[in-house]
Amino acid sequence: MAKKVISINEATIRFAGDSGDGMQLTGTRFTEATAIVGNDLKTIPNYPSEIRAPLGTLAGVSAFQLMFGSQRVFTPGDLPDTLVAMNPAALKVHLKDLKKGGTILANANAFSEKNLKMATWEANPLTDGSLDGYTVYSIEMSKLVGKALENSDLTSKGIERTKNMFALGVLFWMYNRPIEPTEAWLRKKFAKNPSIAEANITAMKTGYNYGETTEIFTTSYAVEKADLPKGKYRNITGNVAVAYGLVAAAEKAGKELFLGSYPITPASEILHTLSGLRNHGVKTFQAEDEIAGITSAIGASYAGDLAVTTTSGPGMALKTEAIGLAIITELPLVIVNVQRGGPSTGMPTKMEQSDLLQAVHGRNSDAPIPVIAAQDPADCFDCAFEAARVAMKYMTPVILLTDGYLGQGSGPWKIPDPKKLPKIEVSHPDSSAIGEDGFMPYARDENETRPWAIPGTPGLEHRIGGLEKENLTGMVSQDPENHQVMTDIRARKVENITQDIPPSEIHGDTKGKVLVLGWGSTHGAIHVAVERARAKGQSVSQLHLRWVSPFPSDLKTVCDGFDEILIPEVNSGQLALLLKAELIRPIHQLNIVRGEPFRASEIEEKINEILG
Amino acid sequence: MSETIQGIEELNLTRKDFVPGNEVRWCPGCGDYSVLANMQKTLPVLGVKKENYAFISGIGCSSRFPYYMDTYGFHSIHGRAPAIASGVKLANPDLTVWVITGDGDGFSIGGNHMIHALRRNIDMNIMLFNNRIYGLTKGQYSPTSLLGKKTKSSPFGSVDRPFNPSAVALGANATFIARALDVDAKGLQESIKRSQRHKGASFIEVYQNCLIFNDGEFADVENKATRPDSALFVVHGEPMIFGKDKDKGIIMKDNHPKVVHLGEEWTEEDLLIHDETNPIITNLLLEMTFDPKNPTPFGVLRAVDAPTYDEMLVDQIREVTEIKGKGTLEDLFYSGDVWEVK
Repeated sequence: MAKKVISINEATIRFAGDSGDGMQLTGTRFTEATAIVGNDLKTIPNYPSEIRAPLGTLAGVSAFQLMFGSQRVFTPGDLPDTLVAMNPAALKVHLKDLKKGGTILANANAFSEKNLKMATWEANPLTDGSLDGYTVYSIEMSKLVGKALENSDLTSKGIERTKNMFALGVLFWMYNRPIEPTEAWLRKKFAKNPSIAEANITAMKTGYNYGETTEIFTTSYAVEKADLPKGKYRNITGNVAVAYGLVAAAEKAGKELFLGSYPITPASEILHTLSGLRNHGVKTFQAEDEIAGITSAIGASYAGDLAVTTTSGPGMALKTEAIGLAIITELPLVIVNVQRGGPSTGMPTKMEQSDLLQAVHGRNSDAPIPVIAAQDPADCFDCAFEAARVAMKYMTPVILLTDGYLGQGSGPWKIPDPKKLPKIEVSHPDSSAIGEDGFMPYARDENETRPWAIPGTPGLEHRIGGLEKENLTGMVSQDPENHQVMTDIRARKVENITQDIPPSEIHGDTKGKVLVLGWGSTHGAIHVAVERARAKGQSVSQLHLRWVSPFPSDLKTVCDGFDEILIPEVNSGQLALLLKAELIRPIHQLNIVRGEPFRASEIEEKINEILG
Repeated sequence: MSETIQGIEELNLTRKDFVPGNEVRWCPGCGDYSVLANMQKTLPVLGVKKENYAFISGIGCSSRFPYYMDTYGFHSIHGRAPAIASGVKLANPDLTVWVITGDGDGFSIGGNHMIHALRRNIDMNIMLFNNRIYGLTKGQYSPTSLLGKKTKSSPFGSVDRPFNPSAVALGANATFIARALDVDAKGLQESIKRSQRHKGASFIEVYQNCLIFNDGEFADVENKATRPDSALFVVHGEPMIFGKDKDKGIIMKDNHPKVVHLGEEWTEEDLLIHDETNPIITNLLLEMTFDPKNPTPFGVLRAVDAPTYDEMLVDQIREVTEIKGKGTLEDLFYSGDVWEVK
């Protein structure tokens, strides 16, 4: 019987299983194959903070979602069309999100009485009719891989582990994705253990053939290539993109890159990525704590490196005093905060945007700092590059805000031509900077930045530190007038960065009823909601801020063009608070803090509510 | 050695080169003055260019030190100097990095950075001014104040057991440990020289008198008259002898150090010989610190060779680059599965 192939524009798939079932890996492989097909896509992992929660429990469920399409894809999708459930717990946790009439692919062998009980199912949902509203493919995956691999060298446990590759194979068939890239990847990954590679490949092919030959599947889906701008692409997570952006900035500035960092979820991948780049001259220093992470970076900056520290919320709290030191010593430094749910330890593996006020204002005294926020995984590259450029140009620490969703989620990245990345001009004074009164470490240029004089330069010996310094001479000063002067300069230095911020790009009309204003990772969901609203003829536009400190100089003018402003944020209203003070006008807010990104539909509903 | 001496002549540095124009603002009579003077006297003969020195400090009286040295200097925040210095050294391994800290800065708020800087063996010199008191905040007990110490924050006597800083350094596997006395110029200069020439993290504990809040804390060793009988100055390879008439020594008795009088019963042959490379000897000396029956040991207590973090990092960058080739942005960007949209 010939099987039907239906062409669709987009699909959202969620892989869910026990944290030991390899769902992140399965999702990533599906993503790579999808990227190679040429679809646009976005992904988001969702996993527990325990490394191995008890097997089969609801707490131990790990998931990975991606949306892909033949048109531009801005979010990893709201509700999945297809749910892969490797055990009863995964089905229990994720069924509520599945679209009505959606597809379930389940490993029937995992639905044992014990597992059902652990997942709090009273009866087996695969057989008791409770899933009648869905298309259910209940497949004995464990049994099928067991049979396919009965002659393999692997232990029965090892064979059982290949069931995720079986599920992947079925999905490759179902969505017409190539299996070859994963085959090659498995051979490379298990080069030292070919029997594991071959077993996984067999399991994947068995799954693929199972889709192709068995009669339970009647239909597969095709998603055409997306109409992306011309160029070469690869899939990239936000954390890797941050790392690459920093390496690129260092090279373009002719600097060595130094990272001082302490491991923390969900930021550690930046440390992992950079520590693997020794042949790019990257120095990574895994410090004894968060404070040493930033202070070692401050030391490296003082000595002339492009210095960076990476962390998440609790680590930011610990670095606070040192950020003040970088501000008063006017040293370039990039501080990356991959935000997570808080307060305190909070929800380490879940995303939130709730460190904005901490970034902008969270220090003792008047301590202004530029803050830039990335809006999607690929944008993390550009923002990291820009943060480094601004830090060195204006001699200031810069905070880059991303979050767990951006950092660990992925999307296609149009690979830039390294030769076309702008050169970052950096200069260090030499003995020619010595004037009649000696060297002035706090002399000011046209942007009021001071010279970056590095130890080892003859004749420029000088002292810096956390005590207030006299402008120009850099001598310790507790003089009242001087403190006023220095406080004002520090504020103006940050304000001066507005000259580097390009005019605001508005998605939609420049005047109208509602402006949906956002920052950070809400970009995709807002974009989709605004698109849908505009398609319905509603007068809605989008402005997404990259720099949240300072604000772009045209912000007020842009906002004046709209009757209403809506700010959706994954926090309790932090940008709204800042903007109410900036714009002095009422603002509509949409705030969620569930540890998850917005669904576009939620923003759409809020727009409807405002427009009445 | 001849190269170094030639280098020193070429540099032609004097004490004056290290004295900046600004006024030193420690209390008159503070032990810090002597340490500063001896640092300024010693550096010119060590063969390092003035611009290659970086003095990093934290917070406290002693941490004002960098302002009084005409070198590159960074007076940072409380306790963090070893971490900042680590970044300085790793960014530019050609620099000679000094950390100036105190008992509160280095062993209370900054204790974590201290032990990790020492264990990593990053090539830097850490000088701890131990006055057993918080001076800058005007007289609270510190983590090195002795039990029973009456201070503003311990009016009935401290119930806080103190650290022995050099013993902590040994516990952190420091590769160089010396102890010196603020009033002993010779000992200070020797410690500074040896420390700077040592490859790796060096730790110098300076007993320093705080005239205002803890005067006389080290009276028995500071006082010239009592010092010979209260202090033991150790020299590598030589027997542990002390006393005004060089008539006392240290032996091992029942697994503990014991003072004996040289004469008929005991001769130099019976005495312990100092060995900088033997952690058991170092530990034994440090055990004597708080023991009133024994003299307080000074000098280079430990010096061993071990690979330094900074050299290993440089080597690793070179080796990986040799194997993989110098990384380019092109290589990096195209390191994943790439597809083209035409």
